[in-house]
Amino acid sequence: MRSHSHIVRGLVAIAVSTIVFLVPFAFIVLTASKTSAEASQFEFSWPGDFVLLRNIAEVFKVRDFVIVRAFINSTTLTVSSVVVMVVLAAMMGYVVQRRTGLFTNAARMLVLAALIVPSAVVPTIWVLQALGLYKQMLGMILIEVTGGLPFCVLLCSAFVATIPRELDEAAALDGAGPLRVFFRVILPLLKPVVVTMVVVQSVAVFNDFTGPLYFLPGDENATVQATLFNFQSQTLSQWNLLFADILLITVPPLVLYVFFNRQIVEGMVNGAVKG
Amino acid sequence: MTVGTTPVAPAAPAPAEHPPPRRQRGRSTRSRYPLWFLLPGGGLLVLLFVVPTATSFYFSLTRWTLFDSTFIGLENYVTFFQDPQLFGSFVHTLVYAVITSVGKVVAGLALAILLNGRIIARGYLRAVVFFPVLVSAVGVGITFKVLFDPFDGLINRALGVVGIDGPGWLTNPDLALASVAMVDIWKGVGVSTLIFMAGLVAIPRDYYESAHIDGATDWQLFRFITLPLVGPATMTVVILNVISGLRSFELIWTMTGGGPGFTSDVLASVIYKKYQAGLYGLSTAGNVVMFVVVAAITIPLYRWFRRREVAQ
Repeated sequence: MRSHSHIVRGLVAIAVSTIVFLVPFAFIVLTASKTSAEASQFEFSWPGDFVLLRNIAEVFKVRDFVIVRAFINSTTLTVSSVVVMVVLAAMMGYVVQRRTGLFTNAARMLVLAALIVPSAVVPTIWVLQALGLYKQMLGMILIEVTGGLPFCVLLCSAFVATIPRELDEAAALDGAGPLRVFFRVILPLLKPVVVTMVVVQSVAVFNDFTGPLYFLPGDENATVQATLFNFQSQTLSQWNLLFADILLITVPPLVLYVFFNRQIVEGMVNGAVKG
Repeated sequence: MTVGTTPVAPAAPAPAEHPPPRRQRGRSTRSRYPLWFLLPGGGLLVLLFVVPTATSFYFSLTRWTLFDSTFIGLENYVTFFQDPQLFGSFVHTLVYAVITSVGKVVAGLALAILLNGRIIARGYLRAVVFFPVLVSAVGVGITFKVLFDPFDGLINRALGVVGIDGPGWLTNPDLALASVAMVDIWKGVGVSTLIFMAGLVAIPRDYYESAHIDGATDWQLFRFITLPLVGPATMTVVILNVISGLRSFELIWTMTGGGPGFTSDVLASVIYKKYQAGLYGLSTAGNVVMFVVVAAITIPLYRWFRRREVAQ
């Protein structure tokens, strides 16, 4: 009797969650596969003509392959900012966890404050301009690094706390300098949390729309999210292309997730609940 | 699991127990964890977080063109709180943050309990719930704008089948903000669910078993075991969602652009509009209002949760 109710409950859960969470995705895929006349009906139906590939090819051709450039820009931004962010966060998290004192406490406070307080937009533009980095890819990379750093530092320091101090002491006794200890001993041990940071932050940076909107305007620098947003107003009647674009830019985060599903879940949970 | 799980690290500094070999002189704990490790990250935080935040207080008191600023006292703030549209955005921000946070806590906890129980297809369900987290806010916004279409949208069509005349989700001024908040919950509930699931796993099974033997009902199990013991996870979920709710911009901007009229404008969208209009001083004043609100809500909330945790 008990197991019976479990199966019923499971079936209900599957049905409800499929409708609530999967139907919108199915709608994206179906609309992206229709001809433009059919797509504008907004119907949840199997396409009369299945033209997904043709639509995707069409999306690429819009405005002289603007989307290819956007993919290159977004990839550059995502890869560079995530790599820098992870290394800097691991270094900070390591020292903040291991040492006590005025500076480490100040660093800890700084990280917490930056985690909570949203950054002031126009003054940031002002700083970037003073540095000559406004509307530059490098400036945008630094902004993304700064934005993701606090969360990553907390994750790292929570994880470093689980690594016995004796390990770094032993390595130091063997004559390794601090850099060697960090890169050879600590960083490899941080691997699970590094995977989490890489995946979570890659998705966040790749999907970021607000950052580039303010700090990286201009057509030649457009990221995929900016292209999608602009696409909305330009291709008013071509809903099939708009949804093909959504589909296209959702693929990279999805692939990351499929590969690292388990690690993300564990890492996020560890960091979130312990930190 | 959640409180004080940090493995026991020797609290006393090592040198007190056994003096280091002579070779190691000068290589004490201090130099093993050099302060300059904090420099690159800390420098960036100072440059791109502390400096803009600190200067924003001054710039919010000026009429500002980026090159040149004129001090005008509190004029921007007066404008902000007197203009009904701007003040409205302040109220909407609070409403939006409350709806999304409450929604994600309730739905997240319910889903987590469901997924932690004995249920078929758990992997499938977990993946499905987490899916929307991966899609960009712009993509989700565009999709739901179509689904919410008052006449041809899938949602109103489905309601029509059951005989309900669906409202103009995004075109009705009374509904627009709440509709966007619903989508926000839909998109973000996966993260809250994950955090709750971790919190639930940490509650020892025997508590439930012995309470069950003593004849506790399902509701009592939830009320007196689950709810109190899942506290730390609740704190994380609430604080994360309040912070992101107060800052939210992308979904609102994609779905309604703050409209119809100004009925779904929030602080972040006003900051953007004023920035676009070249009113940098006013935009920055909006920013200052935003972080004062965030701090004024988050910090007491955090203290309150901590006190309760200690009390237990």
